[in-house]
Amino acid sequence: MIIQEQKPFDEILQSLEGEEKIFLVGCSLCATTCQVGGEDQLKEMEGKLKEKGKSITGWIVLDPACQAVEVKKKFRERKEEIEKADSILVMACGGGAQSVRENAERIKINKIVHPGVNTLFQGEIIRGGHFEERCSLCSECVLEQTGTICPLTRCTKGLLNGPCGGSSNGKCEVDPDRDCAWDLIYKRLKEIGQLEKMSEIREAKDYSKLMRPRKLILEGDKK
Amino acid sequence: MKLREAFESGKFALTAEVAPPKGTDLGHVMEEVEVFKGKVHGVNVTDLQSSVMKMGSLAVCHLIKDKGVEPVFQMTCRDRNRLALQSDLLNASVLGIENVLCLTGDYTTLGDHPQAKPVFDLDSVQLLQAAVKLQNGGDMVGEKLEGTPKFFLGAVVNPGADPLEPQLIKMEKKIKAGAQFFQTQAVYDPSLFGRFMKEASKFKVPVMLGIVMLKSAGMAKYMNENVAGVFVPDNLIAEMKEVPKEDRPKKSVEICARLIKEMRDMCQGVHIMPLGWGKYVPAILDAAGL
Repeated sequence: MIIQEQKPFDEILQSLEGEEKIFLVGCSLCATTCQVGGEDQLKEMEGKLKEKGKSITGWIVLDPACQAVEVKKKFRERKEEIEKADSILVMACGGGAQSVRENAERIKINKIVHPGVNTLFQGEIIRGGHFEERCSLCSECVLEQTGTICPLTRCTKGLLNGPCGGSSNGKCEVDPDRDCAWDLIYKRLKEIGQLEKMSEIREAKDYSKLMRPRKLILEGDKK
Repeated sequence: MKLREAFESGKFALTAEVAPPKGTDLGHVMEEVEVFKGKVHGVNVTDLQSSVMKMGSLAVCHLIKDKGVEPVFQMTCRDRNRLALQSDLLNASVLGIENVLCLTGDYTTLGDHPQAKPVFDLDSVQLLQAAVKLQNGGDMVGEKLEGTPKFFLGAVVNPGADPLEPQLIKMEKKIKAGAQFFQTQAVYDPSLFGRFMKEASKFKVPVMLGIVMLKSAGMAKYMNENVAGVFVPDNLIAEMKEVPKEDRPKKSVEICARLIKEMRDMCQGVHIMPLGWGKYVPAILDAAGL
């Protein structure tokens, strides 16, 4: 799940300066779960923008916004409303906003696309609206060695070889409310009888694997 | 006598510590270093301690070496990636700096530039490994060096960590990676230190007891609340509280000396962190009979 939150409304308003007619785009997946880009939030945004003198030419919840085919198909269907607008406001993650911009352009709808959301992290839904980061998308999973608890993500410093001196009573020096990842890993490895894994030296991570932008094409889709 | 030689000859090793200034005025640092000269085997120079932007450790290490004091170059992984860390190790070597203390480093948000990008490309274990590779004539990727540095590599450990076992596991990894001596986080409780040393002495690597000079009862309480794994017992806090302000240095010296005497037989040296009270370090050493 891509965890996200709405940008401050004033910032959104500022980005729409000089534009009167707006088309709103949401997303049925992460943005809906995070309550920024579902139907309810788009309706709410419509109301707030109208109060500020904007008109909304239409809105759509893409399913999902990060899928090229979906953007192109739905935008073709709603071309008239979109064309009437001065710009598009995307209430979905940064990937969604870029996918909207890119795929609209591909079908010759050339509108300014504004992001209405700050993309935060890849997270787990703990419950309802409580999300926590668990994976850093690091391209080289180390969970096998760490009792399925990610030190790159859950240790503030991303340490691979055990706790720093700032670990105290299971908490992190940065924030006493934050668990020390290495304390969690230690307890887990001990519990499952794999504490010896903690004694193995982990070599420095290969960050060349994280060179951006990353891309993956499955075998069957290579031409 | 160099730090390495002190350990090799079985002498009780002594180190103190200075923090570079925020700015270019080295007056205070040099005054402290003059006080330490001839009395300790090495002086640690901190590396942007507590993530506060200051003059770097390397330049100060070089300058105090020129004054005839053996520096201990503290290196953290917070601000430099592996290219810069290895390069600074070579820089240190050509400046005649041999002792390197490899640390993870405090997190950026704890300091005065919380907006800074934290690096932590390597951790302390990997930094030790990198230093050893350089000593063996190659860099981290195995490229051959023209001219090889020589280091005496140190690391840190926190005897007050609870649970202690993860600290001991990491300590052993640091030794495997190349650590030749340890300096500990500040310890004020001999029985806690005894329990730690019972485990740590198995590794047969010299351990220097870390002591931060207590400046006041308030400062001791602050450490208890804010510094991970540091525990100043109530009786020491009470002792600091009882004396009038002008007698605090004297009391602090007395407490330090007492702690050193109580713990010296358990370890191979002491690392005194005076936090600006460097002028009282000789008095501590005298009172401790060192």
